[in-house]
Formats: sequence, C-alpha cells, structure tokens
Amino acid sequence: MANRFFDHGKLERNITLLAVASFIVVAIGGIVEFAPLFYIDSTVEKVDGVRPYTPLELAGRNIFIREGCYTCHSQMIRPFRDEVERYGHYSLAAESMYDHPFQWGSKRTGPDLARVGGRYSDEWHVQHLIDPRSVVPESIMPPYAFLADRVLDGEAMGADLRVLSRLGVPYDEAMIENAAADFTVQTDPFADAGGLQARYARVQVRDFDGNPARLTEMDALVAYLQMLGTLVDFEAAAAQEQPR
Amino acid sequence: MITLVAKAYGWLALAVLALLFVVAAVDSGFAFHMGLVVAVALGMMVVTLRRARSVLAFEGAPPPPDLSRYDDDPVRWGVIATVLWAVIGLLAGLYIALQLAFPVLNFNSEFMTFGRLRPLHTSAVIFAFGGNILIATSFYVVQRTCRARLAFPGLARFVFWGYQFFIVLAATGYALGITESREYAEPEWYVDIWLTVVWIAYLIVFVGTLARRREPHIYVANWFYLSFIITIAMLHVVNNLALPVSLYGSKSYAAFAGVQDALLQWWYGHNAVAFFLTVPFLAMMYYFVPKQAERPIYSYRLSIIHFWSLIFLYIWAGPHHLHYTALPDWAQTLGMVFSVVLWMPSWGGMINGLMTLNGAWDKIRTDPIIRMMVMALAFYGMATFEGPMLSIRSVNSLSHYTEWTIGHVHAGALGWNGMISFAAVYYLAPRLWGRMRLYSLRMVNWHFWMATIGIVLYAASMWVAGIMQGLMWREYGADGYLVYAFSEVVTAMHPMYLIRAAGGTLYLLGAVVMVVNVWLTVAGKLRDEPPLHDAAYDPAQDRPLPARPQTAPAE
Repeated sequence: MANRFFDHGKLERNITLLAVASFIVVAIGGIVEFAPLFYIDSTVEKVDGVRPYTPLELAGRNIFIREGCYTCHSQMIRPFRDEVERYGHYSLAAESMYDHPFQWGSKRTGPDLARVGGRYSDEWHVQHLIDPRSVVPESIMPPYAFLADRVLDGEAMGADLRVLSRLGVPYDEAMIENAAADFTVQTDPFADAGGLQARYARVQVRDFDGNPARLTEMDALVAYLQMLGTLVDFEAAAAQEQPR
Repeated sequence: MITLVAKAYGWLALAVLALLFVVAAVDSGFAFHMGLVVAVALGMMVVTLRRARSVLAFEGAPPPPDLSRYDDDPVRWGVIATVLWAVIGLLAGLYIALQLAFPVLNFNSEFMTFGRLRPLHTSAVIFAFGGNILIATSFYVVQRTCRARLAFPGLARFVFWGYQFFIVLAATGYALGITESREYAEPEWYVDIWLTVVWIAYLIVFVGTLARRREPHIYVANWFYLSFIITIAMLHVVNNLALPVSLYGSKSYAAFAGVQDALLQWWYGHNAVAFFLTVPFLAMMYYFVPKQAERPIYSYRLSIIHFWSLIFLYIWAGPHHLHYTALPDWAQTLGMVFSVVLWMPSWGGMINGLMTLNGAWDKIRTDPIIRMMVMALAFYGMATFEGPMLSIRSVNSLSHYTEWTIGHVHAGALGWNGMISFAAVYYLAPRLWGRMRLYSLRMVNWHFWMATIGIVLYAASMWVAGIMQGLMWREYGADGYLVYAFSEVVTAMHPMYLIRAAGGTLYLLGAVVMVVNVWLTVAGKLRDEPPLHDAAYDPAQDRPLPARPQTAPAE
C-alpha cells in the first residue's frame, strides 16, 4: 500500500516505527475516555451522607472481595422502574467514591446488593451465610459457615486506613489512631460508642453475628452488608426529585 | 563451570531472601507464595549444581545448539503446557457450571466456593491456555517469518518458565482468597510485578528476533503479536496500579475509586478481550490459515486496514460494560459508538481469513484442521456481530447482568480462541517433534464435532437463559407489580444450567481426545486409518537462512 503521500512499507521495514506508531494508536482511546473523568466536576456530584467505611465495615468489605462475591452480586442499580422497585433508588456515583476498588460487578446470578443494608435482620444474614438454602430454598449460593469461626482483632486496621488516606479517602489522624478501638467498639453495644459515632455518621453499633463473646469475620461481613446503600437519605431528597 | 557455581549461589541467595519474607509475612497466603519461591529457588539450585557436576564428569560444556535449525524448545514446552492448561481450565469451568446447577458441590469448603473458583477458571483459560499458545506460536511464527533463530535464547526460556510460575501464583492465590477483585486481573500486587518482569523479557525476545530478521519486511502476523505485547503491557501496568498495605502481605488497595476505577477496569477488561483474545489470535490466523490452506493471504491491503483500524477502535469500547451505571453518559455513548463501528474491522479480518481459502474450499471436506480454522473464523464473525449488538444501550438494558453475556463470551472463547488454538496445536505437533503426520487426523475430526456441538449447546442455552432472565426481572403484571421474585428467576435457570454443563462436558471430552492425539504424536505412533488431507511439510526447508552479514537488515 504505497502512494505519493504514504508508504506503508516503511512501517513494515522498521520495528521502532511500527512499535511506536501502534502504541500511539492504542493510547488515544483510553486517554480521551479516562482523563476527563478526573477534572469534569459532574463525574461525581457531592452527596450528603457519604462517608468512608468504618474499620469494621472495611474489614467486612475485604472479606466480600476475598470471597469473590462480586462474581455473582452487582452493586449498581440502574435507573429503570423494575430495578428501582426491586432494589431501591438507583445508585449514585458518590456512593462508591471511596471504593478502592469499585464493586459494581457485572453479573446477577444473585440479586443486586447496592441497597441490601437494613432489608433483612442480622439473624437472617447470619443464617443465610451459614446455610443459604435454610432461608431461601431456591438459592444456589455457596455456604460461608466458616466465617463464624474466624476471630478478628482489628489491630492492623490502622495500616489499611492509612494506605487508603494516601489514596485520597478522607480518613483523618483521629480515625487512623482509633482504628483498632473503633473496630471492637462497633460490635459492643455496652461500650462507649460516642467517638465512633462522631467520626462516622449513621454508624450501626451492635453485635452482628449473634455471638457477643467473639468478634468474627461474620460480624465484619454482616456489618458491611447492613450499611450498604444506607448512607444517603433519599427521603429527604424525594420532594426535589418528583416535582408533580 | 565457575559461572554455574555462581549461579547456584545466586539461587541460594534468592531462596534465603524469600525465606525471610516467609518469616516476616503478615498473612498466611503471602507466606505460602513466598514458600513457593523458596521451593523453586532451591529446585533451581539443585538443577544448576547437577549441571555443574555433569560438566565436570564430561570435562566440557554440553554440545552447542544446532544453529542451522530453529530454536523450538520453548515452543515444544509451550504446546505441551497449552494442552495441559486447556484441560485444567475447561475442567474448572465445567465444575463451576455444575456448582450453579447443584450448589451442594461447594462442599462447605472455603477453597471450593464458586466465588473463588470462578477467577481460577477464567484465568486458567485466558492466561494459562490462551497465554501459552500465544507465547508458543509467537516464538514459532516470528522465527519462520523472519528466517532467524530466537534472539536471547536464555531469556526466551525465562519467559516460558516465568510465565508458568505466574500462573501457579495466580491460581493458588485465588483458592486462598488472594484477589484484587478486578475481573481478569485478579492477582495481587506482587504477582502483577512478577508478570510485568516476565512480559518485558517477552517483549525483548520478540523485538530482538524481529531485529535479526533476514527478510526485509515484517510479516503481518508479527504486527499483531507486537501490538499484543505492547498493549497488554500498558493495560496491565495501568489497571493494576495499587498501594500494598504491607510489603510483607498480599493485600493492596486500588489506586482509583468508584467511577474512575470502574472505567479503568473495563478499559482493561474489554481490551483483555481485544488485545489478548483477539489481536494475537488474529496473528495466528494470518500465519496458520495460509499455511494449512497452502494459499497466500487473501489481501495485503485489507490486512493493513484491518490491523490499524482494529487496534485503534478496540481500545474505546470498554464503557459499553457500564451502560446505565453512574458512569457519565458521554463516556457510555463513546463506548457504544466505537463498539458498533468495531464490527467493520472485525469482519474485515474474518473475511481476510476466510477468503484465503479461495481456490481451496474443497479442503473443508478433506482436511479436518482447515475445518477447525473455518469454524473458528465463523464463530469469530458471529461473536463480533453479537458484541456490537449487545453494546447498544437499549439491547444492553436487557442483556446486562444476565447469562446472555456469559453465552456471548463463550461463543468467542470456545468457538474462536479454542478452535483456532486447537488447529494451531494440530499444525504444530508433527512439525515440532519431527513426525510424518499427526497420530490421527480422524481424531481431529472427532474433536471438531464434539467441540462444535458443545459450543452450540452452550451458546443456545445461555441465550435462552439470558433473555428469559432479563425479561422475567422486568416483567410487570396487570396489577402493576413485579411478577417474579428474584429466587423464582434463579429456579427458572436450572434446566439451562444443565444444558450448558452438557455442552461443556462435550467440549472438555473433545479436548481430552486432543491430549491423546498429541501425546501419541509426540510418542511417534501413527494410527492405522484411511487417510485425510493435510498440508505438506518438508523438514529440510524448515530452517533459518544462514548468517550473511552483508544482508543484515536495517534496524
């Protein structure tokens, strides 16, 4: 393919030219789509109520990731009548702005979990995780009984918060210093949770796994599931949204 | 001799260093992986010392390699690894498919859950099976089309073994729950760094061999391989940007969050399909289809247009995985438009491959390897039509999150990637081991039919399942309420999951037939059977050109 203006043979005879040209060609699309997301303000609109995860919720989220829950459960409700009716208000960009990495998922072998928080009791979640078919006979979910036997202490959570703060999550010094304490306080209904509640708005404090004697991975995972989608108060915004 | 002993000390030092990481590890998974490094380093030390002893015993170095032949050892290992990983990857896929039909197969074990085995299946098939056939064929093709031996033979061996070690780290990591949860890029930060090292070595070997070519032009297959190696390096490094919590632990947090992270991941995810499962497999098409058909490629001009338009357009398509999500609309629209436009270069490539058979179409009847190649291209054409269709927003609103996506992916993976790889394995096996022909061409035909029927069962059941799922989720009754609970839709999937598993079983059995065929070919056996047509092979011609310094190519 050669004419007066262009001879493709030149590219075919020169590796450096071929490699550089093909790299430039593949770099364009990604740059055009990715770079603007960081400076266009409307990408992530500010929403009241969105806050970083508490240390316990973060540990639960890490278990969610470890077990590959995202392979069957999405966390992204699309703005369709049926989805909003089935799962709740469609997901906002701000609701996952502190998610390193995001957990939107790509497949619904099981239902969406973006607003599962508060829909079921703690007891239901524990029973469902131990033996899914005991509460939902049609379920094909794997059992996760082993979570109830794994004790957690949260000593290391400060390091996790610090890394996330380096990545831009607004964890302040007080949050990082109190990470280990906040971790246990969140599962102890008799402890003084004032500091925890001041640091993390709308935090749920209770024993999640039904066994107050031990703080387990089950506590952490249920704490995470129970806060999903609960941070933004859509009741307050309802009037603006439906101007009939 | 002295260098061998020095090397053995180097391996010992690495083992000791890795042992320190085992001791300092903050989680058991990281300790296990560093333990694997210790084991490999000690194993390599023993191998090196044995080699030193045999050098002493024979009082001389082993005979130098025969420079008048191509350097095919890594290709031979690659073909064996491909066949082995194919069976493992398919078996893992069949197992998780059965888990969805019979959840009791999760066995109450944390190591056997669907959530941990699913990445194992996808990585085993894409990176272990796919990656090995790509490395093997690229080393084979680049030598033949450049008429030169591999540059840096030691580095080429490092690429092969280093890549296998990457696979072992990734696969054991998934079972242990070590994952970044980035689809098709799940391995954690230290495994990512290791793969980057291996990949740079791969680039050096490949470009080095191109630079040694004794042909003035770089053949079109090599453009595709080169673009694959460069672009995968870019995608891998950018998508895996993360901060580890501890240098002695496996856990890391992704550099980006939410919307930006989602776009980045699907920019990677879709281009893993593009630059891992399409571009280099097209390179295989550009070499093996003309070879097996014994016809030149249909159009040189079309191959130029095909190459540049395909690699330019593909990279934009990622956002179609995020339709109707919180990703800004303009990005979704860009992704959709480019996905639809992408249909054209995809079919251009398919046409270039199929039309190569002009004047040799009768071989579909007589040559089972050609039959596989043609079926692969037909599935490529089908999947690259289905893809743009699914990327249209209104279609995607139904298909997203459903089994339809799974069916689409497997039409491409089983039909296109699988079939063209099997055809390449059948082409390579007799040539690499110096056999007259394959053990059995008839068995290639059995494999072809088992695989084809398997794919049809798989794709058809997942189409039905996906569309049914999408429609049931959004169905409203006359009373204005949703008709189906989520669990009712799960129940409705059961028969489809069974048909899918049956299709997968057939496909796996076909691969087992291939294992037997390749095994017996390597063993030098010939099945007594009525002959079928196969492309001619002359070992005497299969040589690099001897070195002629005055004709060394520029660059």
